[in-house]
Parts: sequence; C-alpha cells; structure tokens
Amino acid sequence: MKARVTIFYKDTVFDPQGNTVAESLRRLGFKTVTSARVGKVVDIELDAKNANDAKSSVDKMCEKLLANPVIESFKTEIIGGVA
Amino acid sequence: MKAAVITFPGSNCDDDVIYTLREFAKFQVTNLWHTDTPALGEYQLVVVPGGFSYGDYLRSGAVASLSPIMAKVKEYAAAGGYVLGICNGFQILCETGLLPGALAKNESSKFQCKDVFLKVENNQSPWTSAMKAGEVVQFPIAHGDGRYVAGLSAKSLADIDGVLLTYCDANGKTSAGSNPNGSELAIAGISNKARNVFGLMPHPERATDLRSQHGKKLWQSLLTTLGGKA
Repeated sequence: MKARVTIFYKDTVFDPQGNTVAESLRRLGFKTVTSARVGKVVDIELDAKNANDAKSSVDKMCEKLLANPVIESFKTEIIGGVA
Repeated sequence: MKAAVITFPGSNCDDDVIYTLREFAKFQVTNLWHTDTPALGEYQLVVVPGGFSYGDYLRSGAVASLSPIMAKVKEYAAAGGYVLGICNGFQILCETGLLPGALAKNESSKFQCKDVFLKVENNQSPWTSAMKAGEVVQFPIAHGDGRYVAGLSAKSLADIDGVLLTYCDANGKTSAGSNPNGSELAIAGISNKARNVFGLMPHPERATDLRSQHGKKLWQSLLTTLGGKA
C-alpha cells in the first residue's frame, strides 16, 4: 500500500519559504499571486490489510515523528496499492 | 565533577562545549556517541550540543530525538539530572518533549550568524543564578531554524513558564532587529518547570574565552548549583 503525507506549517505559523516563493513569483511577473506555502511530501510504502489500517498507521507516524504538532499540520492519503 | 557531552552524526559544537567545560569549568568530560546507552547517573551534567544532527533531515532535531541515548537522557532528566541543550541541542530537547514548544525557520529565512544581546528574564534558576535579573549579556548565534514557537497563544512572558533569556538590544529593550529570528515574545532560552532542563539557541560556549565572555556566567551559575568551583 502506498500513502502520501503532506506537511505544512500551520496557518498560524509564518512560512518564510512560502513568503519568499510568492515574492519571487510576483517579481517574475505573476502579479496575481497573493500567497504561497511551502510544505513537505513524504511517500510511504507499507504492508497493511486495507486502506483504513494503512491510514491509521500513517497517522500515528505523523503524530510521533513526521509532523511536529506545535508548528505543523499534516494530511495523509492512500494513493496506491488498494485492492 | 563529571559531564557528558553527546555527539550525533552532524553535531559540530561538541568539541567547543567539551573544551569549555574542561578549560573553564574544570569538568571531567566524557564524550558519548548517540548510540551509546550508558547509565548517566554518574554525571552532574549532560549537554546536547549544537550542529546539524542528521543534516536537519525532516525537521531540525527530529531524528536525533529518537537516538538510543535520548531515552537515557529522558530518564536522567526525570530523575532531576541537569540537561543543557544548545542550538541544535535545544531543538532536540524540544523534539523529545523535555522542553515545551518548537523551533521553526527564522522569520527572515536567512541563516543568522552574529553576536546578539540577551536579557536575563529570570535568574532564579541553576543556569542564570550568577546573573542579575534584567542584566544584558552577549552571546553569538548561528542558526537557520531558531524561531521559538510556544504554541500556547501566550500574550506575554508571564503566560509562559521558564523563560530565562530573551533577545534584546544593547539596552535590554526590544527594538528593530533585536529579535534575530522572529521568536515568539523574543524567547531565546527556556527551561522546564523543574528548571533542571534548559535549552537556548545562543552559544554560551562560544562566549567563554573569545569575544564576549558572558558565557562564563552560565557556567558559574551551574557550578554554584552543583557546589563546584571554576
């Protein structure tokens, strides 16, 4: 089974990378850009009976290591290997 | 007195701390590797030094917080042992949950490497007892991920327990540029409730025999607590 974890700074935590990217895009001429956020993507392959088990396992991984709940939020989704 | 300094893959301030503890504070220092799991009870101090453990993969300090030795450091701290985390060591202590909060990317998005002024917010601690409350000291910083986030929606320092040092200007005030990384309430160093664990982004070991020597006040505080002499 394949899961995808997406991690971002929480909306309440200023994202300097995103801010810099948005600024650069505007400098390139994309004047319509009002905001950008830069996050991380972690793709994980794991053995699991079904998608629910896989998701619950990956959620635990996020809580324990992949995301820091003080500053980050995460989203998990199963993207492959579902029978 | 005996101190242990822990080295992780990517630590780079371990030698500076070892040198300082030996030369200035007269500690007998043992350098431990992150996979070591000795009983730490024989040490009066454990230091988690600065650097870029695991290349800052995933998040600064996140991977190192799971090193075998950190389980021992948690036990040591729970038993009242003194633990100091400097820079990356501070990030590691936050990631292990030994200290509250987290360190995010500097607001400026720049790596900040310079001397900064720090205000002693609280001198009732093993780490700051040789300083005066409100005193201004100068330590260097060198970090990209030093923005302290308490995550408590605190309005003032009174809402956060254990803040020992904050960033300030030469006069102890907040002014343009006095907060080098955008830390919440300008927090530079924080201790746990029991005050036996302390983490800070600035480097006291680099302010002990070169440039500012204000770092000596931190070592002196600790020596007084432990009943030793420099």
